[in-house]
Amino acid sequence: MEAFLVGLIAATLRVATPLILGTLGELFSERSGILNLGIEGTMFLGAFTGFAVAYLTGSLWLGLLAAVLAGMLAGLLMGLFTVTLGVNQHVSGLGITLLMTGISLFLYRVIFGERSVQPSIPTFPKVSPFGDTPVLGPIFEQYLLTYIAIALVPLVWWLLYRTSFGLRLRAVGENPEAADAAGVNVFRIRYIALAIGGGLMAAGGAFLSLAQLGSFIFGIIAGRGWVCIALIIFANWIPSRVLWGALLFGGVSALQLRLQATGAQLPYELFLALPYLVTILALVLAGRSAAAPAALLKPYRRE
Amino acid sequence: MNFIVEMQGITKRFGVVEANQGIDFDLKPGEIHALLGENGAGKTTLMRILYGLYRADEGEIRVAGKPVVIHSPKDAIGLGIGMVTQHFTLVPPLSVVENVALGQEGAVTLDLDQMRQRVVDAAKRFGIEIKPDALVRHLSVGERQRVEILKSLYRNARVLILDEPTAVLVPQEVEALFQTLNKLRESGMALVFISHKLNEVMELCDRITVLRDGKKIGTVLRGETNEAELARMMVGRETFGVVRPAERRGGEVRLKLDKVNALDKKGLPALKNISLEVRAGEILGIAGISGNGQSELAQVLSGMLKPVSGTVWVDGKDMTGASPADFAAANIGRVPEDRHSGVVGDLSVAENLVLEHLEEFSRNGMMDYASVQKFAQKMIEDFQIKARPQDPIRTLSGGNMQKVLLARALAHKPRVLIVAHPTRGLDIGATDYVRSKLLEQREAGTAILMISEDLDEILALSDRIAVMYEGRIVGIVSGRRATPEVLGMMMSGALEVDYAEA
Ligand SMILES: Nc1ncnc2c1ncn2[C@@H]1O[C@H](COP(=O)(O)OP(=O)(O)OP(=O)(O)O)[C@@H](O)[C@H]1O
Ligand SMILES: [Mg+2]
Repeated sequence: MEAFLVGLIAATLRVATPLILGTLGELFSERSGILNLGIEGTMFLGAFTGFAVAYLTGSLWLGLLAAVLAGMLAGLLMGLFTVTLGVNQHVSGLGITLLMTGISLFLYRVIFGERSVQPSIPTFPKVSPFGDTPVLGPIFEQYLLTYIAIALVPLVWWLLYRTSFGLRLRAVGENPEAADAAGVNVFRIRYIALAIGGGLMAAGGAFLSLAQLGSFIFGIIAGRGWVCIALIIFANWIPSRVLWGALLFGGVSALQLRLQATGAQLPYELFLALPYLVTILALVLAGRSAAAPAALLKPYRRE
Repeated sequence: MNFIVEMQGITKRFGVVEANQGIDFDLKPGEIHALLGENGAGKTTLMRILYGLYRADEGEIRVAGKPVVIHSPKDAIGLGIGMVTQHFTLVPPLSVVENVALGQEGAVTLDLDQMRQRVVDAAKRFGIEIKPDALVRHLSVGERQRVEILKSLYRNARVLILDEPTAVLVPQEVEALFQTLNKLRESGMALVFISHKLNEVMELCDRITVLRDGKKIGTVLRGETNEAELARMMVGRETFGVVRPAERRGGEVRLKLDKVNALDKKGLPALKNISLEVRAGEILGIAGISGNGQSELAQVLSGMLKPVSGTVWVDGKDMTGASPADFAAANIGRVPEDRHSGVVGDLSVAENLVLEHLEEFSRNGMMDYASVQKFAQKMIEDFQIKARPQDPIRTLSGGNMQKVLLARALAHKPRVLIVAHPTRGLDIGATDYVRSKLLEQREAGTAILMISEDLDEILALSDRIAVMYEGRIVGIVSGRRATPEVLGMMMSGALEVDYAEA
């Protein structure tokens, strides 16, 4: 039982990592008033760019950096569509997802060609601050990126509530006219928010290819971006609740894997659906008080 | 002449509408310059250009003698120009301090205590009362206004534009505002003061510029003009106020409240044991300083807020806690407090007009656009609305929007009419028009409950006047016996009058 729980908690943290990063990314975007449905594609782009650059340079950190930069560019492109051109946010976001997925797959072909053996790289090593201590040792034997993701939560909170950028960001997402009248550059704030958000989303994707898998496959993101869209609502656009939401989803995901392994006589699809069902349930329970940024989905134009 | 601001030959077109046509306007340090004109004359447009919210199609602007191009409010603020806009530009979920400091935080990281201290200090220096830690969402209209003013002053403005600042204030607050503005003038600031109230303009301002239909009619010195001349310049004719004919006790009771209690958004008591009745053919005026429960009263009477105790009767039927649809079905017309929340901005004038009675204009679930169009055309004629049925309603001036709301409320011959601030922000002509329409309804036997902060309006129209203070009715007096002094004392809680008197 103890081993089961330890394994479960350790797996929960691992599964939650890309979700924390992705949802924090979406948080920046939505707090500025822009729903970024490009998240799924941006995570895919991050996973690919991280892998390709790490493979070519032999440096995992360079791979991660490249992924973040690529994600920021994807965020800026989203900005071009929604902020500058005022295109519908749903359409722009889905377009970005399709475009980024396509570009990544194309470049993967160009770089790696058709191979019978999946190219792979050594992954980030795990760190274990508690060494061989029972219970704590195995639970906290995690990738550095997991710790970084968790540390980002208070950092994002601080950025949002304790810096002038954060105040402007919140103002822009709630009432761009008021922010504009107060001398805040609405367009610039939105571009910055989208760039930071894209970088975080891509880092979430890169975690999968650089730490968890060590390779890049078509189904690597597997809808995690869409889960982040649900989590941000569950989290009520509040950083700390992003963490709890990601852990809840991660926990149920880790649990269903283990339940499948117990060999219960139920169709395995049922287990696969479990985390999503829990997400929907949590949304129903938490969604009532949801306070979306008031300017979400509205392009801002001055006469 | 050393002008601080000179605008020359300003022209601004919105599609076919020429909102400003070659307007010259200037400002000297240490003066209050009034901008007068009817609804839609182009006052707001001219000032939005100066504040960088609109770009002029033609013309040039000089600040302190130097030609400038103002692309955005940020540019304007940089030039020392501040503006308190007609529709508040505040961020509701942020605190007062955050709203004031927004864009002027001073450092990358926020020192919340220091930020608060600076805002509180500024408020004290300018003599403006604020609740620093309250969320703007929870403030009354009057309180939001003060935050808006402080926001501009906090930005070290040398020029301050106030677009109808008194439209939302009660007399006491107007007095306080005027003291503040006088102080600012003495300190050498240049102020632009937009108002429809000629007495305010004559009391406060040094120079007066009048616009009509986008054109400048002229600039006059206060000492060399009078109210009649200004009115003539504005509308091209002399105007006369509308006053209720003899007061009367109405017919049968149409609306009755008994010991109604209700909570506000924060869960605090907003209405305390409200009892009143409104009879057919009378106007009951509800006077009071904003934020004393009037908004909640209007909400209870439209079904938007459920009372926690007490009873509401309409035509003898218990309507306590009924839904907004039920209230509409009981034929209660309403003209809401905030014009902009009473309409759907992106829908057309015609669509807004039929919004509350869609079933009459649809067949088998399909809109009958021909009859909608016909109805809208008729309303536009009857109510002299300056717009076409297909115009998006958000492009209408305040006065015309109010006429649309009034038309919608009156079109169905309501049994009871709830109006809040019916003439706030309207020019003399539109005000007269709206008031005469209300009196027409009174003649026709409608029971009217009218919430207003404008004492002149309350006194001119009401048969009886109920004064609200801190969620209670502190007295109901007859319109004949009421004086501004007595009402003012009751509104500030200094005097209570026995209910039975009226
Ligand atoms: N953004 C806009 N789009 C289209 N038309 C506009 C816009 N803003 C103003 N107008 C039009 O320009 C004209 C002048 O409007 P403006 O708001 O300047 O009048 P105003 O003098 O401030 O009136 P009020 O006393 O009602 O505030 C009106 O006909 C109005 O409908
Ligand atoms: Mg105006």
